[in-house]
Amino acid sequence: MSFPAAPKIARSGPMADRIFGWLAKAAALFTLGMLIAILVSLAISAWPAIDKYGLGFLTRTTWDPVKEEFGGLVMIYGTLMTSFIALLIAVPVSFGIALFLTELAPAWLKRPLGTAIELLAAIPSIVYGMWGLLIFSPVLSTYVQQPLQALFAGVPYLGAFFSGPPVGIGILSAGIILAIMIIPFIAAVMRDVFEVTPTLLKESAYGLGATTWEVVWTVVLPYTKAGVIGGIMLGLGRAIGETMAVTFVIGNFNQLDSLSLFQAANSITSALANEFAEAGEGLHQASLMYLGLVLFFITFVVLSLSKLLLSQLKKGEGATT
Amino acid sequence: MNTAFPAPTEPKISVKNLNFFYGKFHALKDINLEIPEHKVTAFIGPSGCGKSTLLRVFNRMFELYPEQRAEGEILLDGENLLTSKKDVALLRAKVGMVFQKPTPFPMSIFDNIAFGVKLFESLNTSAMEERVEWALRKAALWTEVKDKLSQSGSSLSGGQQQRLCIARGIAIKPEVLLLDEPCSALDPISTAKIEELITELKSDYTVVIVTHNMQQAARCSDYTAYMYLGDLMEFGATEQIFFKPTRKETEDYITGRFG
Amino acid sequence: MSSAELLLKAAALEQARLARYAQRKLVNRVALTLSLLAMAFGLFWLFWILIETVILGLSGLNLATLSQMTPPPNDVGGLANAIYGSFLMVLLATLVGTPIGIMAGIYLAEFNTTGWLANTTRFVNDILLSAPSIVIGLFVYAVVVTRFKSFSGYAGIMALALIVIPVVIRTTENMLQLVPAGLREAAYALGAPKWKVIISITLRASSAGVLTGILLAVARIAGETAPLLFTALSNQFWTSSLSEPMASLPVTIFKFAMSPYENWQKLAWAGVFIITMAVLGLNILARVLTRSKS
Repeated sequence: MSFPAAPKIARSGPMADRIFGWLAKAAALFTLGMLIAILVSLAISAWPAIDKYGLGFLTRTTWDPVKEEFGGLVMIYGTLMTSFIALLIAVPVSFGIALFLTELAPAWLKRPLGTAIELLAAIPSIVYGMWGLLIFSPVLSTYVQQPLQALFAGVPYLGAFFSGPPVGIGILSAGIILAIMIIPFIAAVMRDVFEVTPTLLKESAYGLGATTWEVVWTVVLPYTKAGVIGGIMLGLGRAIGETMAVTFVIGNFNQLDSLSLFQAANSITSALANEFAEAGEGLHQASLMYLGLVLFFITFVVLSLSKLLLSQLKKGEGATT
Repeated sequence: MNTAFPAPTEPKISVKNLNFFYGKFHALKDINLEIPEHKVTAFIGPSGCGKSTLLRVFNRMFELYPEQRAEGEILLDGENLLTSKKDVALLRAKVGMVFQKPTPFPMSIFDNIAFGVKLFESLNTSAMEERVEWALRKAALWTEVKDKLSQSGSSLSGGQQQRLCIARGIAIKPEVLLLDEPCSALDPISTAKIEELITELKSDYTVVIVTHNMQQAARCSDYTAYMYLGDLMEFGATEQIFFKPTRKETEDYITGRFG
Repeated sequence: MSSAELLLKAAALEQARLARYAQRKLVNRVALTLSLLAMAFGLFWLFWILIETVILGLSGLNLATLSQMTPPPNDVGGLANAIYGSFLMVLLATLVGTPIGIMAGIYLAEFNTTGWLANTTRFVNDILLSAPSIVIGLFVYAVVVTRFKSFSGYAGIMALALIVIPVVIRTTENMLQLVPAGLREAAYALGAPKWKVIISITLRASSAGVLTGILLAVARIAGETAPLLFTALSNQFWTSSLSEPMASLPVTIFKFAMSPYENWQKLAWAGVFIITMAVLGLNILARVLTRSKS
């Protein structure tokens, strides 16, 4: 039995398609607009401080809300130093974890271990902060800082780093906690790029009699170096922008008198977290906004570099596969 | 040079001087062809000869990809479908397509069939159920799925999924059915069932099938077009192409001198 | 050379190879042991943090915690208004941010995927994804709080929504791209218009992945403190009005934990426990979803 063809009516025509397309495009433009809006509004709010200090703001250390004199060097130093320490610890550890996950772990362990590391990334930063202050810092003080201080007592230059009250707060504590926070990010990227190394490449090295370590160090790492660096910069970006974990343990003290890692200090994010809500409208708030702008700018640069490097790795993959 | 090969009955689709490009690559060269109504026409030829490309021009599927373009005329019932001002959706309602890999939509079997129908007609529940049953019967799938219409389309076997796709295409009552290597992903038993189906379908539809399997073309089709590297080499009744090909190139391909 | 000399030479070469190999083997062993230690190092922190959170959090968690308001120092109370505030703001921020995120993700995956706008949006989105959340808070402060001269739940919702959007965009785009072209073509071949193909077929086919992305976004904002610090601020009392400052778990924890008062610190641990369990729960749920679909 066959039916005659029924007359066809297109129920929703090109109009619906056009509207839908506009909506989608508008949403994409919204994202662009967000970035521009953030930059513009921060700049406008920071203008009184930018106008008064210019770029010199970045090198002044005075921070006196009473006398209305501000300078961002203390916070910028704190941000950069804590992030540096975080990278120093996190990069080798992440590399070790990625190496373990890709070459050593038996197949049945890979997924649960990988998940466990990723769960570290899911823990909210306020948990890190609170745990850091109330649990970790006393332990750090007794088992790390005091011995370190005893060890380096009297040593020129290096001793200065370990002077100051070893009570478990300061740049070192913040740096260590940041390290733990960014390890999962860097390790995840490293593991992902290690896994896409062509097996043929590794097998040729193994075939020559290389050990596992040698294969990773001389073949996998150079092959994936753009991705690895990209992942490190991603972790750096996160460390720089992290607020709560740092605020709890850095000590919130605006000083740069000594280079001590044990001394209470401040970072951009901790200064903002502590002072902004009560900051008087005017130069104090504008200076804090200026700091926020600097922070955003630093993260923007670091993240752009990271993306550039990661996309270079993708291009390399495409060429060889 | 390609000359047109007139078919003995009224042509459903007339292709005149069709050229097709992927970017700069000239994929179809001056094709002239007439597809007869209510018959099965097969396109055969080695990989890359352009048979799928030609098929996909008939429902303007190439328009999804900006770097592909077609020049020339394709008359469907006398109207050039390449330049028609009508909404392309209406064209595709007339010219249905089934693809190489079965592509069940992520919904129940019933909804898979109803999806296309709802685009063009508003039927009440009982009319829709009738239509779904009719389409599934036509596709020789009804007895196997009538008790599980609410199950997901992907719960069926490969052969059943392909028949589901055929039912889906038939449900909107097209006039032409384009089948792009419909059996290449299927086992021999499913393939046999579908070939049976094709022979039955031609009483209601004009069927064009692309296949890389020559024996399939010999079994199912009334007319065959042999293509090679973008050119239409020969077109004629299937029996004639396979037993008495006019051109040497056709004969070489048929007898397996190259593959 | 005599055969004895040849034999000696071969033996010496073999000796050198073995010695060198022993050294390389040692290096290998050391390196692999270090990597094992690194793994243990990472796991150690995870377990320490989780165990402490559970022990200290559970001990401070009781019915009162969930039903009473945040107390003044050295007084009895709970976290009810903070929990409610967090729940409300997270829910509304997700409802606001998800549609925008999904539409933008659709744009990136289905419309002109290699065009100028698409590439720039992807780039900008990745920046916003990893931008410091405190900067988002500053932005919303400058735009909303100063305009309306008050901290409010609305400002908090806006800040959280701005964090949700980039996460949802990224996951939506990735999930849509995984849908095979054949499925889309089959829908077009039936004569479906583009918007219908996207909504009824492509989005539907990737629904598990898109949902996972939304869950991850929720998990992310549930634990965020910084963007709320100068937008919703905090509130000692119960409020269901979004135009007033609103309490939230993270900000309350911040205030209580940094204080010297014991009852506040106990409540802070309870709050930390609640947040950690919620966030980990959402993450595990998201993982289960992806695994069950694939």
